Amino acid sequence: MKKIFALILAVLCVAAVCAGCKKPAPEPEKDVKGEGVMTYAEYMAAAIDAPVVIETYVQAKQSWWENKATLYTQDHDGAYFIYNMTCSEEDYAKLVPGTKIKVTGFKAEWSGEIEIAEGATFEIEEGSYIATPVDLTALFGTDELIKHQNEMFSVKGAVVVAIGQNDAGEDAAFFYKWNNSGEDGDDLYFKVKIGENEFTFTVESYLCDKTTEVYSAVKNLKVGDTIDVEGFLYWYEGANPHITKVTVK
Amino acid sequence: MKRAVCLILSVLMLVPFLSACHGSKGLKAFEMPDGLDENKEYRITFWAKNDTNKTQVNIYKNAIADFEALYPNIHVELRLYTDYGKIYNDVITNISTGTTPNVCITYPDHIATYMTGENVMVPLDGLMDDPRFGLGGSEVRFDSPKRDEVIARYLDEGVIGGKHWALPFMRSTEALYVNRDYVEKLGYTLPEVVTWDFIWEVSEAALRKNDDGTYFLNGGSVMIPFIYKSSDNMMIQYLRQAGADYSDENGNIGIFSDATKDFLFTVAEHAGSRAFSTFKISSYPGNFLNAGQCVFGIDSTAGATWMGSKAGHQDISSDKLVDFEMAVLPIPQVDPDNPVMISQGPSVAIFNKKDPGEVLASWLFAQFLLTNKVQIAYAETEGYVPVTEKARKDPGYEDYLARAGEDSELHYSVKLAATKLLLDNVDNTFITPVFNGSASLRDAAGELIEATSKSARRNETVDEAYMEKLFKSVNALYRLDQRGESAAERSELGKLPATAVVLLSALGAAWLGIGAYGIMHIAKKKKR
Repeated sequence: MKKIFALILAVLCVAAVCAGCKKPAPEPEKDVKGEGVMTYAEYMAAAIDAPVVIETYVQAKQSWWENKATLYTQDHDGAYFIYNMTCSEEDYAKLVPGTKIKVTGFKAEWSGEIEIAEGATFEIEEGSYIATPVDLTALFGTDELIKHQNEMFSVKGAVVVAIGQNDAGEDAAFFYKWNNSGEDGDDLYFKVKIGENEFTFTVESYLCDKTTEVYSAVKNLKVGDTIDVEGFLYWYEGANPHITKVTVK
Repeated sequence: MKRAVCLILSVLMLVPFLSACHGSKGLKAFEMPDGLDENKEYRITFWAKNDTNKTQVNIYKNAIADFEALYPNIHVELRLYTDYGKIYNDVITNISTGTTPNVCITYPDHIATYMTGENVMVPLDGLMDDPRFGLGGSEVRFDSPKRDEVIARYLDEGVIGGKHWALPFMRSTEALYVNRDYVEKLGYTLPEVVTWDFIWEVSEAALRKNDDGTYFLNGGSVMIPFIYKSSDNMMIQYLRQAGADYSDENGNIGIFSDATKDFLFTVAEHAGSRAFSTFKISSYPGNFLNAGQCVFGIDSTAGATWMGSKAGHQDISSDKLVDFEMAVLPIPQVDPDNPVMISQGPSVAIFNKKDPGEVLASWLFAQFLLTNKVQIAYAETEGYVPVTEKARKDPGYEDYLARAGEDSELHYSVKLAATKLLLDNVDNTFITPVFNGSASLRDAAGELIEATSKSARRNETVDEAYMEKLFKSVNALYRLDQRGESAAERSELGKLPATAVVLLSALGAAWLGIGAYGIMHIAKKKKR
């Protein structure tokens, strides 16, 4: 019996060591860019319409349509929104969160959103990184916020305020589309107060459709709820965050 | 012997199923029923587009409620879209499964593609002219416009292959929205109709900068003098004005021409200098106009409620709005004495169904959308115009037009100026020929502008070689050389090649064998 017990312990020890061996080497906190690849600072300094080459990590996929993929990506220094990148459906399936990609394209600005323009190309590289949401609670309403454009972020303790009135004339905690002209499955809009300022947040239906937890969570919000949120700091004529998680406190 | 008989019977039984599988037989062509069956409940679906405009949604809902009150046995289910492209994609998907809507807001370009399926759509000529249920018919339970009360030009826009396949619902055109203050600040006087030469010249002048690097016009760091929302319309209208080819009714494509090339060289020049941009490159013209960062914006008259710093709809924060005098003019012209502009706007189409009564119910609802109440209410939501003389002559509508500028909502001056622009130019409008593939051609026209603009902005060389390559790639991308034919114009394809006959026969024989074996196997099992 003792022999068997000892054998089991030995196996477990070996298994633990092996499991440790299989752990990927921790990613460096700073990205080491390949030859000809821009740093985040160089990308941001590039002029609109300039050719850009970046290495970045997929954080979320918004959509794929007719060989065009739209992605939220980020490296250790900043985020890159990639709009309608040339991508087959087969390759799109490979772009799971964390996947490292090298993207070649042109820098663009659309209503304030800095992005890589339609038609960029990409290749998958070795490496993986999932960003940790940066807490921007203190930065909403300041000029510093735009420096975090497209990053995965969090806000703590936001208070839901009425976005408008519904057809019954009651205060609504959310709208389908910006003016409540939509229906279930469309983008959700809701308004929160952070400090003294109010901001409109969006559940982008291509990113998080009506089957997702965040879609349901927002539909269940009530005016006055205090919430923590996570999402991507998208920009459209000002901050227009795309929310991926809502927790009612 | 029994086995042989059994096998023959099995094969005979399978034949109808197999022919159904491979024949892709369409619906029977619609025939007018004797009347509407009052004892039958009809459920029809209506796929509609709204401009993310809640009022438009409510007009649809009210129209349905009013219609259902008149026809209690017809129930209309509304499905809303904010994009014609999505309606088009959904219809295409649903044609293959036989689950098309009954009534659909759409464009004739799209209908031409829907018509490639056999009897998918219902031609409207017989329905329109039916003395009982047609336009102004004796048994229609509402004040329906007579055929000659629908503006003939708009009605004709739904003709494909000699038949009417769509009813017009609303019409709009494009307008040039101008910051008049900026034009005058640059030392120009804004004419009533501008030429392309004028708009290019003023746009270049608007790039003038102060010594500190800010723009002369607004003292800021952003100025895009000329933004065009719909680059496909830009190309289409220019070619029409210049008398150059675009396409003909038979689907012959003339867009890859020297006239197109010359226009693209001009576009490249001004996109390269940053005097010109498009919606796809920079965003909505209205946002830049309202922020004082643009001089000329071209957008639909149906987008007029977003134009101007006092517009009811705004996408930018109030602190960014700049007060200015907005002029609403026809789009730039080659010949300002003979202005030419596109006619656009939603139409209504009806899909065929097994039950002719269901189609008749659909037709009645489609016709209801032409009644004054619906027409006037919907037209007033944007810079649309009603498609019937009956609605245009309605005292309520005339009063609406006369009260321009009284408020910034219903009587918003820019919206009414856009509406009047079209009402004054109905005879100057045109449409492009419709055929299976015309929607792709339209996309290709826009892509020529977009691609050239992007290349110029990226300092690529835009020369003859560039144009040759661009024409080739756009031709291939939009498969303009692989255009199909619509059902209406389908020609006899002749006999199948012998190899295809052999292959299909072999496939058929294999299916028959499999089927016969399966039936006999089941029969044996049952015996046990």
